[in-house]
Amino acid sequence: MKIKICGVRGSLTTTDPATVLYGGNTSCIGVWENGWQLVLDGGSGIQKLKLDEKLAAKRIDILLTHLHLDHIQGLGFFKPLFDPEMEVHIWGPVSSSESLHARLRRYLSPPLFPVHIRDLPCQLELHEIEKSSFDIGPFSIMSDYVIHPGPTVGYRLSCNKGVVCYIPDHEPALGERGIINDSKWISGFDLAKGADLLIHDSQYTAKEYQLKKGWGHSSIDDAGFFASIADVKHVLYSHHDPYRTDKQVDEMFAEFTGRTEYPFKQEMAKEGMEIEL
Amino acid sequence: MAAYEIEIILNRQLADCLSIPVFITDTVGNLIFYNEPAEEILGKRFEETGEMPVEQWSTEFKPVDEYGVVLPPAELPLVKTLTNSKAYHKSFWIESLKGDNQQISVTSYPIIGRTGKMIGAVAIFWKLTDE
Repeated sequence: MKIKICGVRGSLTTTDPATVLYGGNTSCIGVWENGWQLVLDGGSGIQKLKLDEKLAAKRIDILLTHLHLDHIQGLGFFKPLFDPEMEVHIWGPVSSSESLHARLRRYLSPPLFPVHIRDLPCQLELHEIEKSSFDIGPFSIMSDYVIHPGPTVGYRLSCNKGVVCYIPDHEPALGERGIINDSKWISGFDLAKGADLLIHDSQYTAKEYQLKKGWGHSSIDDAGFFASIADVKHVLYSHHDPYRTDKQVDEMFAEFTGRTEYPFKQEMAKEGMEIEL
Repeated sequence: MAAYEIEIILNRQLADCLSIPVFITDTVGNLIFYNEPAEEILGKRFEETGEMPVEQWSTEFKPVDEYGVVLPPAELPLVKTLTNSKAYHKSFWIESLKGDNQQISVTSYPIIGRTGKMIGAVAIFWKLTDE
């Protein structure tokens, strides 16, 4: 299983030269296995994704964690959507009020976007998911709601090469006592448990988080604690704050790792990274 | 054991911040969390008891009406919520673990997630005797 990190910036794209090392594109990950290609979130990083010419079928699956703009803004520029021969499946969380189609249509229609979702030339199929299990080619996928404003899921992708967990927007510490040290009471735990790779929200420092509780994101401290309870092997801290420069990302990571000791491999997610499981 | 649904987790986190007693149950009535103010009613700390099966915690209270007649379970708000997936409210008396009678008011509501499925229930208690 090959994983390519195409967008790691949270909330808003950045073009500041001081952010080019980690990258300014918003959330998007490509995953390949055995001739199948998945896309995790459709942020602006999706423009960096190339369609695999050796796909087993003319099909691509886009798994959306939620529909905040930084996770869908690249969708309208994803070339397979404009290819009549391509079968495009978009998976996204159920909402109690509107269908996935209706919510995507808000973005994929004027005045926000010139093309209506109904006019996209590809063979588009939408799938509403919740706490769900489903298979796509060689991947067994589990989704579940996680704590973040609005309907939001995380994903656990398993194949015979390993397990990847993707929870880019997540606030498991929301509450009086932060993360409750009991796996039954931790949002996202079942998704992350024992994963070979966890890609997780770490938008804030611990100090910043105190002023941003309820905004739906994690401090790097909470992300590390979550990863340790879930007993993962490798963590990529992601969803970098749009105002954080590369130098500040490095400082944040150095400060965090300087005072914590975790047994797993940990890195700040960086645009262009490729990981093979 | 699998983690609880986030709606249950968020209800617990909310209950943790409140000064009124709150019980959270699963769909069959097992008590999966009660907050510190509720510990006073139960006479036990959650850290000590952990989760309690419905058979255990429901027998530790004796709910009675104003004439001292024991109320059947089907008339209790939480039981009605678990049965009908609706919110209920009722005032009655309970014989506490200390043996004294307290008049309480109970509001219960179902926890129904985005998919429309009931995943638990919450009961909020107010003591009326001291008012």
